[in-house]
Amino acid sequence: MKTYTYTDLKDTRSGFGEGLLEAGRKNPNIVALCADLIGSMKMDAFVAEFPERFIQVGIAEANMIGIAAGLTIGGKIPFTGTFANFSTGRVYDQIRQSVAYSQKNVKICASHAGLTLGEDGATHQILEDIGLMKMLPNMVVINTCDFSQTKAATIAIADYNGPVYLRFGRPKVPDFTPKDQIFEIGKAIMLNEGKDVSIFATGHLVWTAIEAGAILAEKGIDAEIINIHTIKPLDREAVLKSAAKTRCVVTAEEHQMNGGLGDSIAQLLSREMPTPLEMVAVDDKFGESGIPEDLMVKYGLSTPDIVNAVMRAIVRK
Amino acid sequence: MNKISSIKDLQQISKNIRVNIIKMLAEAGSGHLGGSLGLADVFACLYFNILNHNSENPEWADRDRLILSIGHVAPVLYASLAEAGYFPKEELLTLRKLNSRLQGHPGRDHGLPGLELSAGSLGQGLSVAVGIALAAKSDKKDWRIYTIHGDGELQEGSIWEAAMSAAHYHLDNITALIDRNFCQIDGRTSDVMELEPLADKWKSFGWEVINCNGNNIQEILDAYSKAKTIKEKPSVIIAQTLMGKGISSIENDYHWHGKAPSKEEAENFIKQLMK
Ligand SMILES: [Mg+2]
Repeated sequence: MKTYTYTDLKDTRSGFGEGLLEAGRKNPNIVALCADLIGSMKMDAFVAEFPERFIQVGIAEANMIGIAAGLTIGGKIPFTGTFANFSTGRVYDQIRQSVAYSQKNVKICASHAGLTLGEDGATHQILEDIGLMKMLPNMVVINTCDFSQTKAATIAIADYNGPVYLRFGRPKVPDFTPKDQIFEIGKAIMLNEGKDVSIFATGHLVWTAIEAGAILAEKGIDAEIINIHTIKPLDREAVLKSAAKTRCVVTAEEHQMNGGLGDSIAQLLSREMPTPLEMVAVDDKFGESGIPEDLMVKYGLSTPDIVNAVMRAIVRK
Repeated sequence: MNKISSIKDLQQISKNIRVNIIKMLAEAGSGHLGGSLGLADVFACLYFNILNHNSENPEWADRDRLILSIGHVAPVLYASLAEAGYFPKEELLTLRKLNSRLQGHPGRDHGLPGLELSAGSLGQGLSVAVGIALAAKSDKKDWRIYTIHGDGELQEGSIWEAAMSAAHYHLDNITALIDRNFCQIDGRTSDVMELEPLADKWKSFGWEVINCNGNNIQEILDAYSKAKTIKEKPSVIIAQTLMGKGISSIENDYHWHGKAPSKEEAENFIKQLMK
């Protein structure tokens, strides 16, 4: 098992903040919008440097999405920023009609996704957003794993012409992605080549999968670990190639089992190459208040959960 | 586009638009006749006098932007676009049919020239207009943004989010128009959900309110000219119209909100129009 190290624990949302600033410096057409959460979204630096390219919309997310769609009609590249819940569920119809069906180049950037939001509880811990967004035609869905990847993804989506949902989170997590790694939309990243099982992970669960890989290696299990940062379009080739080699699959994500990454991979494999598959995801439940680590354990998203899922998958080969 | 200022000529254009609305709806067998007919005069004024646009170059960067927020009156938009030369009038008869660019509610995914935004689910167009207006302001462009809303649509809360933000950002480059026909699907707006005092609501949100008869060409033109002179705040034209305007037998009858005429009715309606 390849070893991954990190020097810093950093939050993915700060990666968004830095990426936005850098993208803004590169392209004067980039504008940012926020619904009364500048600090939480780490958008302060962009606001300070480009006050005339920042639009505060107040607590009115539906309006924010519509305004973003309109800004594209005026030739701008808008990045909206609010929590994942308010970025998707609250404004689904606006995104569906005014962004996706209207083919508008809006970047919907969403922080505080999933259980790791922690103490604020289930009202804010959205676990359905990937499903909501991936169902929309024309929409690209990205869930980044650490600070550096989130920064790179933020810069990369500015150059892509079309609607994008970029999902990240609140807590500080290991920042292990190389700082110079170019983010390629739709291109999975091989983290560890292995032959016994394929672990496809996204978002915060990528690091958890790396930890699980080390434990599995001690047990003599050679796990292939792949970071699926882009859930849509899915890197079909990478998934099929790995599954063909290992013949069993585990998916891992901080999302509902329904509608998430596991569901996309199951759909692909069952049609192209039926393969035993286990999912590490939330099983049809709302979250609750608590510290992130405890929540990940209680809802089955911790390192031992991935290890156990691998054991179940291998038996089914 | 050459602008037409003769009232008579604009009246003739609105008549052409109405005839085409009736024909296309009769051919489609479904659709929203009442509101489409009620707005024909407003659309004739917009596409042949008010808007700076170019049907040969629909994406012209300095065009005025028209955002139709009430997608159900698509027929009046399509008939106006065809009248203005965006596509051949024969295509109007493909409305609501398979593989048509003329969707039941306007869809940008289908390649219709001159269409800025998909619309159907209500209450979204004003927010989009705010975004366009902010982009225009930031680039110091003086092209303008026009929106069309229903009165029933104002029951959607998102309209008021947008209204608040347009005033906050002093977007005097937006002119909204409300099709005040006092009707919606389930009945009179006052019975379904009262909107009055409507002008006061907009004023209190920081908008300039202009009233006009939305079925009178001169009054529509005057209202739009006045809106252009308003500085530092957006303006809204409350245009009183008759649902089904032009066909006396159906005027002001909300049952015609979401109905299409039969072929027989269509012939009779066109006869009434020509009188
Ligand atoms: Mg009405």
